[in-house]
Amino acid sequence: MEKDKVPQDEGITAGITREVQYAVDENGKYVKTFSKGWEPKNIVNDLAWEDIQEMVDEADEKIKAGKASPIMHFMAKNLMNITLLADYAELSKWKVKRHLKPKGFKKLKQEQLEKYAKIFNISTEELVNFNPE
Amino acid sequence: MKLDFEHIPAGHCENGVISSLLKYHGLNLSEAMIFGIGSGYFFAYMPFVKLNGIPLASFRPVPGMIFARAAKRLGIKMKKQSFRKQPKRAMDELDKVLEKKLPVGVQTGVYHLSYFPPAYRFHFNAHNLTVFGKEGDTYHISDPVMEYPTTLTSEALKKARFAKGPLSPNGKMYYPISLPEELDLKPAVIKGIKQTADWMLTIPVPLFGVKGIRYLAKRVRKWPERLGAKRAASYLAQLVRMLEEIGTGGAGFRFIYAAFLQEVAELFNDERYNELSTKMTAIGDKWRKFSSLAAQTCKGRSSDPDGYNTVANLMMEIADDEEQFFIELKKIIKDAGK
Repeated sequence: MEKDKVPQDEGITAGITREVQYAVDENGKYVKTFSKGWEPKNIVNDLAWEDIQEMVDEADEKIKAGKASPIMHFMAKNLMNITLLADYAELSKWKVKRHLKPKGFKKLKQEQLEKYAKIFNISTEELVNFNPE
Repeated sequence: MKLDFEHIPAGHCENGVISSLLKYHGLNLSEAMIFGIGSGYFFAYMPFVKLNGIPLASFRPVPGMIFARAAKRLGIKMKKQSFRKQPKRAMDELDKVLEKKLPVGVQTGVYHLSYFPPAYRFHFNAHNLTVFGKEGDTYHISDPVMEYPTTLTSEALKKARFAKGPLSPNGKMYYPISLPEELDLKPAVIKGIKQTADWMLTIPVPLFGVKGIRYLAKRVRKWPERLGAKRAASYLAQLVRMLEEIGTGGAGFRFIYAAFLQEVAELFNDERYNELSTKMTAIGDKWRKFSSLAAQTCKGRSSDPDGYNTVANLMMEIADDEEQFFIELKKIIKDAGK
């Protein structure tokens, strides 16, 4: 790619940083240049976030139907699956699965609620009082 | 305390950190040179490894490998430490080394790096950055992927160093402790190139090298039918992200390799490497075209198989180009050894 053709489409890094892009200058020499972004990257990134949002929506539906606990919402929102959440919570997967059910969630002690809240970077109140709109 | 450390933005974190650490110690090697010597160019399709539930395609070898090979081939000794479940010790040890006026490379999970754009912050744990100072509770950070140096609180850095999940860093940190008195680049370059050519051409498993690109191309064709329009789009989108996002320097490291070949041309005073560099640029441009077409295909998540066939055809073409390229490079590098 030539230096003057390095795309500068604002997108996912806007206002935060620019990415290094290797390109050839007018003498055919490789140089490091900066790119503000590229539209195809914005497109595929949007798709990835669409998938995440869908997981969050699914979790919210389950919570509304009384089939899941608030943990499911924050798990999806934090891009986690049960394996990863269990890893962070230092619990077995089956225990986490239990906490994902309203019944298991209700039985959680304050200490464990705090632990989950900390993983999700929220307060315990936010976790306990979560209500999907 | 803040060390006099030069922040050098780079295409790729692993090579960027090493390149700038070495520069601090007086050794001037570009990111592209480290990448080439460490045989960073690769292709692997690993359906048995899943990322976000999607089979992993990678344009580089496993994290840590490029750097380990480069260090070995250049005769650089690194001190490496890991701290399983000992975050406090990991932070104390980091402080100790900083006090000796040594910048330190650390492995982190990007999910916890608050200075990154939200779009970068997936659960990927093999990201490298350099810590080059500490003032109060704040660490000075040189992250090669960022345009400027940045900072993290000790709590945030600790979290990032102890991210959980696949490739968890376990507080891993490293810094050079001995550099070669006289640097002999040529043999290191020859080894690096030979290995890259071998890995691209001769691994007897169809998932790796140019065979891997062809294998994946065949799969891509079947995605709309096998997975349905929606899931197929997610798969293709992730492939483009592996190719273009977070520290590849564009087109899955292909442009970095082209930059490396220009340095090799100068090193061996051999114009043929410049010609190959131009060919590699063309290959990179084709991968960019692939990304562009693939993104158009994902957009709107159409189930039309034509889009998938078009990008699969392009992948087959690229596989042929890369095969031709490495056959030629392998021939030329044989002369360099004499």
